[in-house]
Amino acid sequence: MIAEKLIFAISLTAIAMVFLIFLFVGREALPIFAGNISSAANQESQPIPVAEMDRLSPEQLRSYLNLTQTEFKEMDRETLQALMEVRVDAAKEDSTDRDALVNTVAWRYLIRPYQWTDYDKPVYVWQPVSKIHKYNIIPLVVGSLKTTLVALLFAVPVSLGAAIYVSQLARPTVKEWIKPAVEMLSAVPSVVLGAFAAIVLASALQSLFGLQYRLNAGLAGLALGISSIPIIFSIAEDALTSVPRSFTQGALALGASRWSAAWQIVVPAAIPGLFAAVVLGFGRCIGETMVVLIASGNAAALSASLLEPTRTITATIAAELGETVVGGHHYRMLFVLGTLLFVVTFLTNVVGDVVMHRLKNRLEGRS
Amino acid sequence: MKLHRSIAVAGSLAALLLAATTSLAGNVTIKGSDTMVILGQKWAEVFMQKNPDTKIQVTGGGSGTGFAALQNKQTDIANASRKIRAKEREQCIKAFGKNPREYPVALDGLSLYVHANNPVSTLCIEEIRDIFTGKITNWKQVGGLDTPIILYSRENSSGTYEFFKEHVLLGRDFAAKAQTLAGTAQVLQQVAQDPNGIGYGGAAYGSGAKHLKVSAAKGGEGIEPTEETVVSQKYPIWRHLFVYLNPELEKGEVKVFLDWIRSEEGQKVVKDVGYYPLPANLRRK
Repeated sequence: MIAEKLIFAISLTAIAMVFLIFLFVGREALPIFAGNISSAANQESQPIPVAEMDRLSPEQLRSYLNLTQTEFKEMDRETLQALMEVRVDAAKEDSTDRDALVNTVAWRYLIRPYQWTDYDKPVYVWQPVSKIHKYNIIPLVVGSLKTTLVALLFAVPVSLGAAIYVSQLARPTVKEWIKPAVEMLSAVPSVVLGAFAAIVLASALQSLFGLQYRLNAGLAGLALGISSIPIIFSIAEDALTSVPRSFTQGALALGASRWSAAWQIVVPAAIPGLFAAVVLGFGRCIGETMVVLIASGNAAALSASLLEPTRTITATIAAELGETVVGGHHYRMLFVLGTLLFVVTFLTNVVGDVVMHRLKNRLEGRS
Repeated sequence: MKLHRSIAVAGSLAALLLAATTSLAGNVTIKGSDTMVILGQKWAEVFMQKNPDTKIQVTGGGSGTGFAALQNKQTDIANASRKIRAKEREQCIKAFGKNPREYPVALDGLSLYVHANNPVSTLCIEEIRDIFTGKITNWKQVGGLDTPIILYSRENSSGTYEFFKEHVLLGRDFAAKAQTLAGTAQVLQQVAQDPNGIGYGGAAYGSGAKHLKVSAAKGGEGIEPTEETVVSQKYPIWRHLFVYLNPELEKGEVKVFLDWIRSEEGQKVVKDVGYYPLPANLRRK
C-alpha cells in the first residue's frame, strides 16, 4: 500500500518536473514575450563637462549622476568628479549607429528581415554579440528544421525497414544479433558521434562528392539520423511485435507469403505505433545538441541548401548561454529559443498522441 | 595563578592564530577573461610554489563577468582581454569610490591562418575585413586561385571573436556564412584540411596551417606575427591583456602577486603559455 503511494508520488514528481522546467524557461523568456525589455541604447542628453560641476546644485548633481540620497551623501568630492568624468567617456563610447535606438528584441526584428547599417538589403541575421544586437531567429529555426528533415529522411526508412525485418521476417538467430546491435547505437555518446561525423564522415563525403563545405547541414542531419535510429527502431519494433500473432497466422493460413502478411496485415495494424516512433524520433532530432554543435558548421546563414553550414536552435543555446549576462537581453533571447523548442516538441507530442489514438480507434473499428 | 596561566595560554594561542591568519590573509581570488584563464592558472601555480602560504584561485567567465565580480567585491583581481567600459567603470566607482586601477600584463597577437598550399601570403587589414564581412568571396580577388573563400570564425562567446570584430572588422558583422567553432585548435584543424579556408586565432598557436603576413595598408609591407613584431607593435593585430583591481586592495599578497606577474619571472610564464611578454617599459623593474 505504501509502496503504491510512493510510486504514485514519484510519477507525480516527473509531471511536476516537466511543469517546473517549463515554468523556469518561460519565466526567463517572459520579458521578451511581454515586450518589457529593450536592447535600444537610451537616448541620453548631452553629458555635462566636469569643469561645470560646481555650477550644479547638489540635487541637480545627484539626479544627473543617477544616485540615491544615501549613496550621494556617502560620496566625497573626488568620487563625484570621477563619476562625472565617466559620464563624458560613456557618451563618447555610445554608438552613433542609426540603429542604436532600435529595440532589437521586439518581435518585428525577431522574425522579419530588416536592413541594418552596413547591409545592402533587408536580411535575416543572428549576430547577438555586436554593437547592434541582432536576434533574428528565422535562420536558426530553418537550421533546426533542415537538419531534422535530413535526419528523418535518412533514419525513418532505415529504422522502420529494420524494425519490420527484425520483427516479422528475420529468423530468430538473426534477430538475436540485429536487435541488440541496433539498440547498442543508442549507447554511443552523442559527442563521440558528432566527432566521428566531423572528422571521418566529413572528409569521406567531401572527397566523394567534392563538397565545398566540410561541415554542413546534410552531414549534421546524417549524424543526427544515426543517433535517432535506435529510438525509432525500438518503438517501431515494439509496435510491430505487439500485433497479435493470430493476424499473421491467419494470413499465412489463407496462403499469403510471409512478406505480404507482414506488409499488408501487420504493418497497417501497427501504424499508430509506427507513427509514434516517427514523432518521438522527430523530438529527439530537433532537441539533440551535441551532434549538431560539432558537425553542422554553426553558421547562422539562411539558405535552402543542405550542403552549406547551418546553425540550429539547440547549438545556439549551448554555445552562447555560458557567456551571457544573466537577465540581459541576450540571455532572455536564448530562453525564448528554449521556450520555442519546448513548445514545438510539446505540440508534436500532443498532435502525435491525438493522431495515434484516432488511428487506433479507427483500426479497431471504434471510430 | 592557574587561572592566570590559562589566560596567558589562551592569549598566546589567540595571538598565534591571529598570526597564522594574517600570514594566510593572502587568499587571492582572480576572475574574468576566459582568454586569460590558462595564463592566470599558470601564474598562480608558479607563484604558489614559491609562496606556499598564499592561495590563489583563478576562475573564468569572461571579461564582463570579471568586472561584475570586481564591483560586487567578489574578486580581488579582474582579468580582462579588453579595456573596461565606461558603464562598468561607473559601477566600480559607485561601489568603491575610486576608479579601478588598470595594469597591462601581457600582449596577445592574432594571426590569420590559411591552408599550407594557399599561394596568398600577405593580406592588408582592409582585405581581411572585406573577406570576413563577406564582401570578398573569392581568393582570386586577393591574388589567389579562382576558388571560393571558406570562412572559419569563433563562437560569439569568445573574447577572440570580440577582439577580431572590434579591431579588424571595426564593429561590422561577420558574414553569415562564417562557420563558428569552439576553439582556436578547432579553427586550425579545419583550416589545415581546407585548401580554401581562412581562420583567425592566437598568434602563438598554429602548426599545420600557414600564418599570413599582414600589412596595415594596401601595398604596405607585410609583417609576420612573431614575438619581435608583436612586442614592438609593428604587427597590426594585437591587444593588451589587463588586470583590474580596487586600488584599496592593492596591498599585502595581492600587491606582491601583481608585482611578481609584471616582473621578469612572471613575464616568462606569459611566454610559456603562448602570449607575448610586455615591452620593457611597461614591466616592473
